[in-house]
Amino acid sequence: MSDSRRGGAHHPLAELTLARLREFMREPEAVFWTFGYPVIMSLALAFAFPSAELQPVLVGVTGGDAGAAIRQTLAAAPGVTVRDVAAADALRMLREGEVHILVEPTDPPSYRFDKARDESRPARLVVDNALKGAAGRADPWTATELPVDVPGSRYIDWLIPGIIGTGLMANGMWGVGFSIVQARMRKVLKRMVASPMRRYQYLAAQLLARMTFLGPEVAFPLVFGVLAFGMPINGSIASMAVVVLLAALAFSALGLLFGTRARTFEGISGLMNIGMLPMWILSGVFFSASNFPDAIQPLVQALPLTATNDALRAVILEGSPLPAIRDELAILLAWIVIPFAVSLKIFRWQ
Amino acid sequence: MSLALRCEALEKRYGAVVAVDGLSLSVERGECFGLLGPNGAGKTTTIEILEGLLAPDTGDVEVLGLRWKTHGGELRERLGVQLQETQLTDKLTVEETLRVFRSFYRQGHTIEALIQLVGLEAKRTSWVAKLSGGQKQRLSIACALAGDPDLLFLDEPTTGLDPQSRRQLWDILTRFKAAGGTILLTTHYMDEAEALCDRVAIVDHGKVIAAGTPAELIANLAAPKMVVREGTLEDVFMALTGRHLRDE
Repeated sequence: MSDSRRGGAHHPLAELTLARLREFMREPEAVFWTFGYPVIMSLALAFAFPSAELQPVLVGVTGGDAGAAIRQTLAAAPGVTVRDVAAADALRMLREGEVHILVEPTDPPSYRFDKARDESRPARLVVDNALKGAAGRADPWTATELPVDVPGSRYIDWLIPGIIGTGLMANGMWGVGFSIVQARMRKVLKRMVASPMRRYQYLAAQLLARMTFLGPEVAFPLVFGVLAFGMPINGSIASMAVVVLLAALAFSALGLLFGTRARTFEGISGLMNIGMLPMWILSGVFFSASNFPDAIQPLVQALPLTATNDALRAVILEGSPLPAIRDELAILLAWIVIPFAVSLKIFRWQ
Repeated sequence: MSLALRCEALEKRYGAVVAVDGLSLSVERGECFGLLGPNGAGKTTTIEILEGLLAPDTGDVEVLGLRWKTHGGELRERLGVQLQETQLTDKLTVEETLRVFRSFYRQGHTIEALIQLVGLEAKRTSWVAKLSGGQKQRLSIACALAGDPDLLFLDEPTTGLDPQSRRQLWDILTRFKAAGGTILLTTHYMDEAEALCDRVAIVDHGKVIAAGTPAELIANLAAPKMVVREGTLEDVFMALTGRHLRDE
């Protein structure tokens, strides 16, 4: 509500936050990247992981009529797609992944495949098994198979929290860092310092404005993951909100810190890239951070994006309550308090 | 009359460059005081020291009887500042911009009154980016007036404006002064100093080289050389600084 003592204006923290929000909403490009990034990433993932179904084994059989019996046998095997391949095309098709293995109708048959190729080794086993079974091999026993398809244990389930984490990082750091450098370049900061505005209010407003975009920004990839991939959300929404809020504050505080001194967009861009690159690599976005050597684990674990991704995965996939992720939350808290305090200290207002 | 502002023996160096070199001046309450000088004379550095944005290397500043070190917060509430290079946020409206600045002050004009003071009623909901140069400058003055200041600092308020916009701005400042306000402004337009200022100081190389009312300066310095026409402040300025106004 308007405050009559302020001549119709709200509290400065509210006015500064509103001003930042208005500025953001009137900048179509900034809005696009904030909400577009998770959309684009999610769509890219949808293409990369089209469905949960098994990919068929692609087998090429050469030899024309001589290979007819083999083709017939393999075609009857489950999960196998058989192609009649002319000898002249055979190697090219193998090289380009159109077939995973080539079977030549010699006696006994020959298999031609690339051992270094992930799809070729199971293809060889499937082919070998089907042909030997057809040739009369007796199995000593048949194992009882217990197939498992637990949502939450697949790569895509693991990946989506990482996408959300990187979105929080990129938007927090760019959003806050750039707007500050812009205000400095336009001498708006200097003008504000010449007023009775309290400096922490300006910095706090940058963080507050950032918080208001969080809902849709996080909800989109999450809902997309649930609808498109059946990703489970095992933890509570409240726990997730706590993690997201702390993470967003931590990355905004980092953006603030990177924006404290830079005088140009080139300057801030360089700093941002230096700051974000280690996290892209080390913080377990696309593969687990525990793969890095023990010697650098303390560093890896201390990064805010590692804490964010670990905490998000724990809550979303394992349903962990907050006490179980207190270490990650403590790391994020430190990444909020320290950069904010340092920024306030070393901020270049003019 | 009591002093609104006093500074003595101000010095400010940037490396080997001496921007302000032992500058002293005093401004009385209710007065409009002009700092005149060519580009690079040290006007902006001086006004920024007086505004508390820069600390002098040596020298003494007293504003409204207070010092920046001990009463910075109180001074900020009572001063209005317009900086030379501020570009207000493009994508906020006139009204939104004023709301932000007004919110910083404990007391002052209403948003409505500020818009009327500078005659931007028709532009209330326009983005800053859509304003003309003169309108932007009036908005900047409105921001400076938000806290109903006792003392207004203006750094080259009309540089680059068309004659009509300059007149509009002068009218705003004349009304502020008529209501009892004190103004310190820098300019390199002599007609502006003659139209607005009760007293002026001509600054060059970081020093005050002449001070007084425009009439006194003209009488003392220009008149003896001006035989065919009446002297102007510009003649004084040229005689003292020995170079053209706009030369760097």
